[in-house]
Parts: sequence; C-alpha cells; structure tokens
Amino acid sequence: MQLYLPIADLPVNIFLVLAMGAAVGFVSGMFGIGGGFLMTPLLIFIGITPAVAVASVASHIAASSFSGALTYWRRRAIDPALASVLLCGGVTGTALGVWTFTQLRALGQLDLMIALSYVVLLTTVGSLMFSEGLRALMRTRRGAVPPRRTHNWIHGLPLKMRFKRSKIYLSVIPVVIVGIVIGFIGAIMGIGGGFILVPIMIYVLRVPTSTVIGTSMVLTLVTMLFATLLHAVTNHLVDAVLALILMVGGVTGAQFGARAGQKIRGEQLRLLLGLLILSVGVRFAVELVIEPADLFTIREVGVSG
Amino acid sequence: MRAVLAVLLVLLLGSAARAERLIVSVSNHRVTVTPNYSGEELVLFGSVEKDATTPADRKTYDLVVTVIGPRADMVTRRRERTFGIWINTDYRQFLEVPSYLALFANRPFDVITSPEIARRQQIGLNNVLLTQRVSGDYADVVPNDAFRSAFIRLRTQRGLYREDSSAVTFLTPTLFRTGIPLPAEVPIGTYEVEIKLFADGAFIGKTETAFEIVKVGFEQFVATTARQNGLIYGLVTAAMALMTGWMASIVFRKD
Repeated sequence: MQLYLPIADLPVNIFLVLAMGAAVGFVSGMFGIGGGFLMTPLLIFIGITPAVAVASVASHIAASSFSGALTYWRRRAIDPALASVLLCGGVTGTALGVWTFTQLRALGQLDLMIALSYVVLLTTVGSLMFSEGLRALMRTRRGAVPPRRTHNWIHGLPLKMRFKRSKIYLSVIPVVIVGIVIGFIGAIMGIGGGFILVPIMIYVLRVPTSTVIGTSMVLTLVTMLFATLLHAVTNHLVDAVLALILMVGGVTGAQFGARAGQKIRGEQLRLLLGLLILSVGVRFAVELVIEPADLFTIREVGVSG
Repeated sequence: MRAVLAVLLVLLLGSAARAERLIVSVSNHRVTVTPNYSGEELVLFGSVEKDATTPADRKTYDLVVTVIGPRADMVTRRRERTFGIWINTDYRQFLEVPSYLALFANRPFDVITSPEIARRQQIGLNNVLLTQRVSGDYADVVPNDAFRSAFIRLRTQRGLYREDSSAVTFLTPTLFRTGIPLPAEVPIGTYEVEIKLFADGAFIGKTETAFEIVKVGFEQFVATTARQNGLIYGLVTAAMALMTGWMASIVFRKD
C-alpha cells in the first residue's frame, strides 16, 4: 500500500517502512540501544533526504527510549541526579547541533557532513567495540579474570557530586561534557547516541551497570524530544507520518528483540553489535569514495506561487 | 452610432484576420492529489477553427503544447572528488524556473519549424528559458552548459520535465488531442498550458488555458501545519512520540 509522506514529499510503501521500523526495533531491543544509527541510514537508502531522515528519526527514538525509560523507572534503575546533570549538557548540545545542522544545510554540505560523521564515528566505535568483544570472548575461553577497575584522571577533577542511586562520587564536569557531545552529534546525525553513551558511562565515568542503561535512556529521551521540537521549528523537516509508522514498527520489534537478546551472552552481543556498527560505517565510507552515479543534484530553495 | 459600428467592424475583422482560431479544453481543471495518488493523465483536446480568410491550400497544421507548472527557485550542485571523497563544490542557482515542464508536439520540433522560430517561441527543452544567476548576472546560458543539461536531465528522470514530439495526435486534420501525464510527485499549484499553432513552418497563433493541482487530505494538512506552525507541530509530534512509547510499555508489560 502506497502512502504519501507529506514532508519527505515522497510516496512510500507503508509495509516497507513498518518492516524497517520493526527490524531496527528488533536490533535495538536486542542490544538495548536506540537504533538511530541504523534507522537514519536505512531511510536515506530508500530515498528520503538525509535532512528529513535525521529530523524524523529523532521523534522515533524519543518514542522507543520513552517506553524503555518507563520500564527502567519501574525497576528503579534510573539515577535521577545523574540524569539531570547529563541533561544540562545534553540540551545545550542539542541546541548547538540543530543550529549547526541549519548552517550546514544552507551551505549545501549537510549530506556530506552526515555521511562523514557516520564514517568516522561508526568505524571508530564499531572497531573498538568489536575488538573489545573479541578480547572478552577470548578471556572467557581461557578462563581469565577480567581486569579490576581502577580510578582514572577523571576522578581527580573538581566540583564533585554524590550520585546516590549509582553509588558514585564524581565531578560534574565530565558528565556535562559527555551530555553536550551526545546531544550535539545526536541532533546532527539523527541518533540517540546510546551506543556511544553507554560505553563512555561504563568505562570512563565508571557508572555501575545497574543504572547505566536506564539513565542513558533518559538523556536520549529528552535530547531527542528537544531535537524533534527544534528541527520542527527551525527547519520544518520532521515528517510526523513517517515518524509514526517507524514508532509503531519500532516499539513492537523492540519487544521481540529484547527477548532474543536475553538468550545471547554479553560478549557475543557486543561482538555482534560492534560488527553491525562497523558495517554501517563502512557502507557510508564506500558511498563517499566511489564515484556517484550522478555528479549533479537539485534542491528546491523556495516555491513562489 | 456609426462610429461605434465602425469600431466593432474593425475589431471583428481584426480578430478574423488571424484566420484560424484554436479552441481547447482540458479534461479536468482541478486535479486533486489524494494520499494514495500515484500519478494520472489529463487529456487536452481541441480543434482548429478555420474561417473565410484561411488560405484554401492550407490543409495540415502542426501543434506544440507547452505545460508549465508553478515556478520555483532551484539550486543545482556538482560533486567533485576532493581528497579522495566526492563533495559538492560548484553550484548554480536557477531562478523562477518551472517545477513541471512538458513540451508535446505532433511531429519532431525541427520538422515543424525553423530553429530560429523554435528559439523565439521556446519550442523544445533546449529552447525554454531557464534563468540562472551567474556571478551576479541573470541570464540563460547555452543549451549544452553542464549545469543546464544536468538540471534538465535530472528533472526528466523524475518525470517532471518531458519532451515528446509524438504526443499530440490529430484525429481529423483539425481535431487534436494529447495526454498530460502528471506523476505522483507532481508539484501543487497552477499549471499554464500554451498551445501554439504552426502551418508550413510559420507560427500562426496560440491560445492558453490552465488547470490547478491541489493536494487534499490529512497529508496536506500535515505539510501545511509543519510549515506554518512549526512549534505546535513539533509539540504534537513530541507528544505523539511519548504517547506511542507509553502505550508500548503498557501493551508489552511483562508482569
């Protein structure tokens, strides 16, 4: 069944988009991530302009992270204090990101920047995650004990604050900076940033695993809601019809993904996720390097009459 | 009284001196695009009315139909390989160019008339005026300009620019019809249709008509709201996201 997307200005098959939402939802439920880094590229590949894809996926991620956050809230697995400090940075970063997005769009370099950010970020995070997963897998094979966590330079910074739920005593400076970075790249790339945020919180900020996913979901939720609002006000690019189909597919797929994810071991899961992230990054890199089928592109800058 | 009559007579004679009159109509003056619209075809039909002043030996006519959609400004960008990757480098701005453009005729354009008349009457995609802003100046460029030809090629690929020299059919020597295909992504607005009549290579008259394309339904409402009330639209979308997430957490609650 064909459906016309009002903002993307494109007829799409409703079942295709629904299936894409469900597939990405499955993956996101399995790995406990938002899935924006898969959804945005998929939309671009079916012909939706990167700008509309990024803006619309933001609301899709907001929906899936809200349903996740509610579940974690019931399990008391969210640290409200840590979430609010992260949000101070997150909201600032999102505003900066949307502003940068608008500037790049006017310069005609937005699509390039989106592609470049995907290449750099996904190949880096993907290979780190993949190699880390591989090492963890080998360690368990050999039966070795994982290395003990030690304090790092981050814990020497001033303005320390006690986060009761997470049972950590940490400076607010790195937390706010992490929020800004995640908000900024989220607004530009159309990703929630969970797949970067969770490792940073675990390895750098030393947040215990009990609160890390729930808290990161709160940050994702608020920054993505804010990004939706800003993209709608400044660029008029949020396609609500597209977003709704994605949301419905996404939240359904996520439930089945979460069940599948429980059957796979943690190290294998990280290995798979690393591989997935890496392949999306490589796909974008290939796109940039090979000669495009058409060297020219057209964009309407304003209808008169 | 006599003066008025004389003026009337002159006017009548004046219009009669054109020798042929074109009478045309389109099958639908208002096309509504619904959410499941997947393209349709309008039919334009008409006839060439002769009168006493028409030369007796004039038997066959040629027709060129030009359909011009709402005008818009567009930017064409060219990618070049820089540091190993392909990025947009150069661009041209096309000002007030038709978002939809169709040129139909009953015979190849170069058979209908001379290149000079074709240029003056803007017959053929190569001769249609597409104004570019070239370093502060406003001008159309040569037809084989890289940006101009890329622009036409890309619009043609999307079915929004078309040229067909066999689309007009004469049912009788004076009665004709042609189809105007309107693809799914057709821009909304007013479309002007110009019908130009040629005989023996000479331009002998033209007439105009128009039709309108409007989008109706929920989709159009969404698009208009997004553009005019960005804040409310954003708030509603955000609320919709929260609702969907909340519903999902209730529907799929495990305990």
